[in-house]
Amino acid sequence: MYILGISAYYHDSAACLIHNGEIVAAAQEERFSRIKNDEQFPEASIRYCLAEAQIKLSEITYVVFYEKPFQKFERLLETYLAFAPKGFFSFIKAIPVWLKEKIFLKKNMLSALTTLNNEQKFDAEKLLFVPHHTSHAASAFYPSPYQDAVILTADGVGEWVTTAISIGRGNKITTLKEIRFPHSIGLLYSAFTYYLGFKVNSDEYKVMGLAPYGKSVYTDLILQNLVDVKPDGSFRLNMKFFNYCTGLSMTGKSFDKLFGHPVRKSHEEVTQFHMDIAASIQAVCEDIMLKLTTALHQEFGLDNLCMAGGVALNCVVNGKILKQSGFKNIWIQPAAGDAGGALGAALEVYYNYPGRERKITGDKDKMQQALLGPSFAIDEVEQLLLARNLSFEVLDDNNYYKSIAEEIAAGRIVGYFKGRMEFGPRALGARSIIADPRNKAMQSVLNQKIKFRESFRPFAPAILREFLPQYFDLNCESPYMLLVASLKEEFLLRYAKDEFLTGFDKLKASRSVLPATTHVDGSSRIQTVDKDDHPDFYKLINAFYDITGCPMLVNTSFNRMDEPIVCSPKDALECFLHTDIDVVVIESFMLRKQTVTANSAITLDLNNYENTVV
Amino acid sequence: MNVIAEFFLFLKSRKRFWLLPLVLFLLMIGLLIVLVQGSALAPFIYTLF
Repeated sequence: MYILGISAYYHDSAACLIHNGEIVAAAQEERFSRIKNDEQFPEASIRYCLAEAQIKLSEITYVVFYEKPFQKFERLLETYLAFAPKGFFSFIKAIPVWLKEKIFLKKNMLSALTTLNNEQKFDAEKLLFVPHHTSHAASAFYPSPYQDAVILTADGVGEWVTTAISIGRGNKITTLKEIRFPHSIGLLYSAFTYYLGFKVNSDEYKVMGLAPYGKSVYTDLILQNLVDVKPDGSFRLNMKFFNYCTGLSMTGKSFDKLFGHPVRKSHEEVTQFHMDIAASIQAVCEDIMLKLTTALHQEFGLDNLCMAGGVALNCVVNGKILKQSGFKNIWIQPAAGDAGGALGAALEVYYNYPGRERKITGDKDKMQQALLGPSFAIDEVEQLLLARNLSFEVLDDNNYYKSIAEEIAAGRIVGYFKGRMEFGPRALGARSIIADPRNKAMQSVLNQKIKFRESFRPFAPAILREFLPQYFDLNCESPYMLLVASLKEEFLLRYAKDEFLTGFDKLKASRSVLPATTHVDGSSRIQTVDKDDHPDFYKLINAFYDITGCPMLVNTSFNRMDEPIVCSPKDALECFLHTDIDVVVIESFMLRKQTVTANSAITLDLNNYENTVV
Repeated sequence: MNVIAEFFLFLKSRKRFWLLPLVLFLLMIGLLIVLVQGSALAPFIYTLF
């Protein structure tokens, strides 16, 4: 039985195909359309999923959408009613979109599926809808390695629910508690994202990255005025300060007044005040999530916790939950945002049929290291390079990893493209930019010359699994880069002295022997790489270890600021040519910037490529 | 027409018939707005769409 899950029409549209409960393929539409957080119907992703399984759409038993549009509409109307007459201007902006598009979502989807079905009418009976947080919970529990677990899902908002607590046992999920709109930890965090001048629903991770530069001096102010947190972690927001129910912004004037500053405009300088605000909201978020998870552990007495929803991408919070909540094991869906809803929706329908057995194999999850996207044949890559007349060398199988590791050890930045693309927001060694973490200048070079992004943003280390206890204060795997932990004391440099520095001056200080991957608070967002689970990336890091004695690499996504991660060899080449990446490895082919730019007259017109081959 | 039928089913299953007058009123205003403006493009507001 094939089931296709879809998330779309809001943000992060994606498709995921499962076969008898096993994940065959999953991809986000942004990777194909090259529009960041693309929300369009995921036509290209569906085409890819079908191609990967070598089936036609007519062979799919069910197509499942990840939320219930009418319930969302209901929330919209009831919210306007509750606040009327306030919100009229917001209403006249929102209602045309609903009346023209969103209310006809099922019809539009059937029409798009009919197109994909070679113009044969797609059977409406085969199109199902699963509630938003049910999709998240399913994506968190079913692929996890646990037979029983508490499931916590938290995001901005789905239909009504913003936070849900469920119990997963075997092949069944039972939802027990919910917190409903407008009270939302995701929206609270997004409100501060907006206040700090970043993009809502996209740049929340910048707030998380900014937090260690500040001091959480506004925590009490937030807890006394904006959010009432109970000892069990349940909470209510004081809607007087927020504008998202009826307005065209996240926060209102009383919010500005409370903190004594207006909303930061995106081009304005980030000051110590903004850093302190980021630190404070991060501390509040940690407080709520820790209270919630600690109470859940005490109430249910289970050892395992599964998490999904946008809030689960806050890896600093996740690290603290692991350490302090009492849960022994924690598993977070790598595509914890709405893209992962496509997977959850498909799995929910599959396991809701009687007799569907859920098999757990050891301590391994079912996500296949999130390598669920497209791969490209060597011939295809070669054709591209030949058509572009680019100088390249073909790496020898025996020295493949050594050759790349030598480039990294020599201080070069390498774009690494190999095998199937990752599903979810993180590059995990298939579409990655990799570099030497010992290099002191690497963080600023990567941020400013490669990624063209804010200098304060940290980078993650990908470390050989067996070296984890030696370097980090973390006692479990983190294959999806979703846990933050501290670097061990012996690797930190002049750390106490650094505490006298404030703001971005902290960036300039020597932090550790691994400066490129150590954040200013001495923490790292860790990816553990296991020999059996991710052999290709393991071999590459191991080759670097053989040369340098350092068992980790900087691993950041292969893209530029505000662009989706590269998907195809052409995308990788384009990113390589338009940044200061020194070397790119696409499958077996290595290109060096020096050699390529020597032929620059014929290399930089990528538009011609469209008319040439493939 | 399918949408209207499905919406009635939705109101029935969610026991939200009290929403009906509101829906009709809002739809009338909404339709007016749609007819007047001609474009469904709106700024991205987190909770509305």
